[in-house]
Amino acid sequence: MVNVLDPSGTLAAGTASPLDDDEVLAALRLMKLSRAFDAKGASLQRQGRFGTFSQVAGQEASVVGSAWALDPVRDWIVPQYRELPALLRHGYPLSNFIRYFQGNPAGGAIPDGVNLLPIQISIAAQLPHAVGLAWGLQRQAKDAVVLVYFGDGASSEGDFHEACNLAGLVGAPVVFFLQNNGWAISTPRRKQSAGRTLAERAAAYGFPGAVVDGNDLFAVYAETARAVARARDGGGPTLIESVTRRLGPHNTADDPTRYVDPADAEHWRALDPIDRVERYLVQRDAHHAARIAAFDADVAGEIERALADADGGDAVNRDQLFAHVYADPPVRVVRQRAQRVLGDR
Amino acid sequence: MPVMTMIQAIRAGLDEALETDPRVMIVGEDVGALGGVFRATDGLQAKYGEARVVDMPLAEASIVGAALGLAVSGMRPIAEIQFLGFAHQAFHQIGQQVARMRFRSQGHCAVPLVLRAAFGGGVRTPELHSDAFEAFYAHCPGLKVVMPATAYDAKGLLATAIADPDPVLFCEPLRGYRLVKDDVPDEPYRVPFGQLRIARAGREVTLVAWSAAVQLAERAADALAAGGISAEVLDLRTLNPLDVDGLAAAVARTGRCVVVQEAPLSGGFGAEVVATLVETAFYHLQAPVERVSAPDTPYPLAGVEDFYLPSVDDVVHAARRTLAAA
Ligand SMILES: Cc1ncc(C[n+]2csc(CCOP(=O)(O)OP(=O)(O)O)c2C)c(N)n1
Ligand SMILES: [Mg+2]
Repeated sequence: MVNVLDPSGTLAAGTASPLDDDEVLAALRLMKLSRAFDAKGASLQRQGRFGTFSQVAGQEASVVGSAWALDPVRDWIVPQYRELPALLRHGYPLSNFIRYFQGNPAGGAIPDGVNLLPIQISIAAQLPHAVGLAWGLQRQAKDAVVLVYFGDGASSEGDFHEACNLAGLVGAPVVFFLQNNGWAISTPRRKQSAGRTLAERAAAYGFPGAVVDGNDLFAVYAETARAVARARDGGGPTLIESVTRRLGPHNTADDPTRYVDPADAEHWRALDPIDRVERYLVQRDAHHAARIAAFDADVAGEIERALADADGGDAVNRDQLFAHVYADPPVRVVRQRAQRVLGDR
Repeated sequence: MPVMTMIQAIRAGLDEALETDPRVMIVGEDVGALGGVFRATDGLQAKYGEARVVDMPLAEASIVGAALGLAVSGMRPIAEIQFLGFAHQAFHQIGQQVARMRFRSQGHCAVPLVLRAAFGGGVRTPELHSDAFEAFYAHCPGLKVVMPATAYDAKGLLATAIADPDPVLFCEPLRGYRLVKDDVPDEPYRVPFGQLRIARAGREVTLVAWSAAVQLAERAADALAAGGISAEVLDLRTLNPLDVDGLAAAVARTGRCVVVQEAPLSGGFGAEVVATLVETAFYHLQAPVERVSAPDTPYPLAGVEDFYLPSVDDVVHAARRTLAAA
């Protein structure tokens, strides 16, 4: 397993940080924003102001480290649903994410120039999309790489295996970024596959696979950057298995006390990916402590502004049922809209 | 007789099946320690062991395909698909394999398999979890499609499904899981397939529904009654087999009919009901049969689902239109 930064925040012997301090600080801020938003979202959900929502907590190094290896201007992200900070770095507005979880279709809108597909709910369905996207970009000689997120659970679906097979055949510039967070709802990783690792499947499809410490920002970043560079140079796909742990429930409707062993949870809590980066930065330079301390208020402010923005938008309405279903709606749908929106019964 | 919610009745039915028949197995996602995301299998793995209540890898096609193989081998699998919207990942297995194996093997390979799936709207699920896709499956010859609306029927129809020598898709309304409560006997009983239930007797107009739409139709019947109109509510209970004779006879008594479905209009099972009535009760009809449904648009995010789903008002208006016709 690739490892650069150990839990005490010390670089492993013979390794160097792949990022300079300003970049590490920026990545840490995003990790903290994600953690703060998790808490906010869960509290809004309890108040009935937010729908069911999946937190990132525990996986911030995995998500942020991988997204950091991409160039938002050229590269694409194809998400599952547990990658908020990656979406933000790529340019998706937090206020849209909020609207989406408020149940407002307007939240699904992706701004022009933001290279993202929508959040995916149907497990593994995004993987073939990512391959086709990467293949098409390559056919058009666009200098772009596609990174697709998915989970250990998703890696059991046929769509995953079919996507890998095709990607290997066409040499698509795609990075399959598998977040092995230990669980698919209540189903543990060991019940998904008898294989020793999930990454070793890459060999069967003719491309490289790697296992990284998913709670190590530097290892995730470095390994993803290597895969992105290979894809950019025409070297085809890579499968990265990022070994991490979801610290919270599967989503706000889940009760993990039914299946999580408290000792395991405790073990992983001690490996918190955010603490690790903070320790590293403070060991590098004691002055960083003050900048890190300021992040809390800073990210809280950003979240409040995004919430205000989301609440300030147009209220949900009946027309949203009909908007953007077709470029050119069939007559029957036009009549249904007239009945429901304009009230001609 | 104990009062149970629909989810409790289903759990009791599964428990009874595991208890009485060692061939019964439950396979699905998160059915073990978690007891299913809705707790339909709560406590069953602890009681019957990991070999009989099996947490499957996250792959619906292999859950259904392997359940077919288990059934042919002599087991009695009950496969849980977490949400009907994710049965798409297994659609080729259901429509082409499970439903036709008896026919393709000319009777040699029977598939006594029950597929349970939660479905339907109104409970603010994430995207892609709420669609009412029953019509897809009612269009698969060889597959029975069961849509209970009450807790009593859920347990009794489940028992019939498990005993059936052929595959059955058993659709459980998310909205009914905890809201619908009624008397459910502790002892085993079966509710036969293909016999509709008169949920509410009435004289002037017939409201036809299945699954969670039955409660909607009942609320509409209350509203109509308040306005002096006597509406009858039929609960189809099973789409395949469809109680063609019971449907025709009931609608012939009132001559007016509204079919209520939660799914989008075009190609929905309501169209099948209307066509059946045109064939079987045409000369008794005194007004065009009305359909109340969702629009022909995708199931939306939770914030607008109340606009999307058919409402009591929609049903009342449709019923009044049938009464206003000559
Ligand atoms: C095709 C499909 N089947 C089932 C589900 C229900 N479901 C939602 S999340 C989930 C587990 C996903 O696990 P994993 O891929 O490991 O992602 P994680 O939630 O751990 O990030 C399941 C079974 C679904 N959304 N889509
Ligand atoms: Mg997982």
